[in-house]
Amino acid sequence: MVVASPFQNNTEEVKILDLHNLTLHEIRDMIRSGEVSAKDVLQSVYGRIDAVDDKVDAYIALTRDKAYEAAEAIDKRLAGGEALGDVAGIPMALKDNISTNGIKTTCASKMLENYTPAFDAHVYEKLKEAGAILIGKTNLDEFAMGSSTENSAFKTTKNPWNLDRVSGGSSGGSAAAVAAGEAFFALGSDTGGSIRQPASLCGIVGFKPTYGAVSRYGLVAFGSSFDQIGPFTKDVEDCAIVLNHLYGYDKNDSTSLAVEHGDFKEALNKEIKGMKIGLPKEYFGEGIAPEVKKLVMDGVKVMESLGAHVEETSLPYSEYALPVYYIASSAEASSNLARFDGVRYGYRAKDYEDLNDLYIKSRSEAFGDEVKLRIMLGTYTLSSGYYDAYYNKALKARRLIKQDFEKAFEKYDILISPTSPTTAFKIGERSDDQLAMYMSDICTVPVNIAGIPAISIPCGFSGGLPVGMQIMGKALGEASIIKAAHAFQRNTDFLGKRPTL
Amino acid sequence: MKKPSRNGLKGGNDMIEKKDLEYVAALAKLKLREEDLEKVREKFSMVLDYVSMLNKLDIEEVEPLINVNGMTNVMREDEVGESMNRETLLANAPEKMYGCIKVSKIIE
Repeated sequence: MVVASPFQNNTEEVKILDLHNLTLHEIRDMIRSGEVSAKDVLQSVYGRIDAVDDKVDAYIALTRDKAYEAAEAIDKRLAGGEALGDVAGIPMALKDNISTNGIKTTCASKMLENYTPAFDAHVYEKLKEAGAILIGKTNLDEFAMGSSTENSAFKTTKNPWNLDRVSGGSSGGSAAAVAAGEAFFALGSDTGGSIRQPASLCGIVGFKPTYGAVSRYGLVAFGSSFDQIGPFTKDVEDCAIVLNHLYGYDKNDSTSLAVEHGDFKEALNKEIKGMKIGLPKEYFGEGIAPEVKKLVMDGVKVMESLGAHVEETSLPYSEYALPVYYIASSAEASSNLARFDGVRYGYRAKDYEDLNDLYIKSRSEAFGDEVKLRIMLGTYTLSSGYYDAYYNKALKARRLIKQDFEKAFEKYDILISPTSPTTAFKIGERSDDQLAMYMSDICTVPVNIAGIPAISIPCGFSGGLPVGMQIMGKALGEASIIKAAHAFQRNTDFLGKRPTL
Repeated sequence: MKKPSRNGLKGGNDMIEKKDLEYVAALAKLKLREEDLEKVREKFSMVLDYVSMLNKLDIEEVEPLINVNGMTNVMREDEVGESMNRETLLANAPEKMYGCIKVSKIIE
């Protein structure tokens, strides 16, 4: 990349600036000071994408024309002396299950390969209004079902730290884009860990808000009582900035909470002396790779050295979290995906005999294997004769798991665990081992079951691959999480590392 | 947390019956290809066996948790709002005619 100013006298020659390793807040400061324009930043990011995305495969689609239009508009407002907010002119990526008006939203499925929403997701509308610029839609596991993007109908996203390895999932594209410098922030969705696990595998920050804190309007629904949209960023300050733009009541989402969230930036640069940290022992047992456990414990020691009080604790119903999740989320998915019937939108089969055949052929031809498996699992557990034994039982166990967390948060401000039991696995390594793939989410899933917030932050490397530490907070306890995460960031140097591509 | 145990579900009585799997698929308006049936049967049985771990719990008296953030009955005023226009709504329809979505005959 050539580092120079963008225009040379009267020639049309454009030099692309080397900005992709910087953080959102650094770019924001450069835009505000006039050092770079929004257009410069955009050119730099697209230059980076052109250079590396054929290796990383983070993006399904790019929105170059619309992006340059938006950048021009931002630059005009800045030239006019307008004071703009934290994300103005910042290029962002959206997971391709977040609706964008006039821009295809495929959910990485043949079912929606040619579907274009006629409305914007609430979060996209808010970010657009604040001046953020959409650069493209990122890859995911089909309909957000998976932990590696290997279930995408289009392609697998590679891990920028090692291209033979997965980027995690289901929001693997968004995570890889931020890690590879192909976006300054990205949004993903998290139903059982789909933001936190890829953040952990890609060495960046990923945050899942309290259930209800961020509107799901425009997010293609998978498990409606688990889903939340959240940010991927290079550091905790950037995370706080993006969260400020996501939270808030939305009348179009009837599970949306009407609470004042304040400015998350106020939780930055705080001391954590006296903070009470719990380590649930069930999250540090067999099944967690030893190097992962060691690095997370090293991270906990950093917190202790800053004055936090650390204690082992227990969440006894933890072992039931994965079964509860796979029953309840699959049940919800079977209901949510019933709308894809080949009638009003999406894929319609070419040859069919009658209406019933239209439904069956359209769905069978266009849904991938994992999606079909989960729909059938959900259908089974909701069907007459099995509803009480599986679905209702899962909801009862859900209450017990949530109560475990509530009890723990009476004693502790935050809980810490590994995010993922291992570092990034090889592409193809788990695609035939159903349960091994599901076990990727063992530490993340309980958080969605309880509806509480959690972050994954980088806490080291093992074999050249990132390891993430998960910090969990009580419902609407985001400030404690950000406080602890930022204190950790200030006292370590993991958040400054970038992969070489 | 413990890793799930596999009970060696290759064949035998532990797997879901082929006809039951086809029935579940039909309920979900899906049809599996003949060549995929055995593999799906194995996967499905393995997952079902794993989640059946919930049988260990004796929790009859516990209330099912339905609304994870405690919200219930969210209402709004009965006010008429703006509707989307017909063209926009039909833009994604696979087949259209007379301003409607075309499907196969449903009345004999």
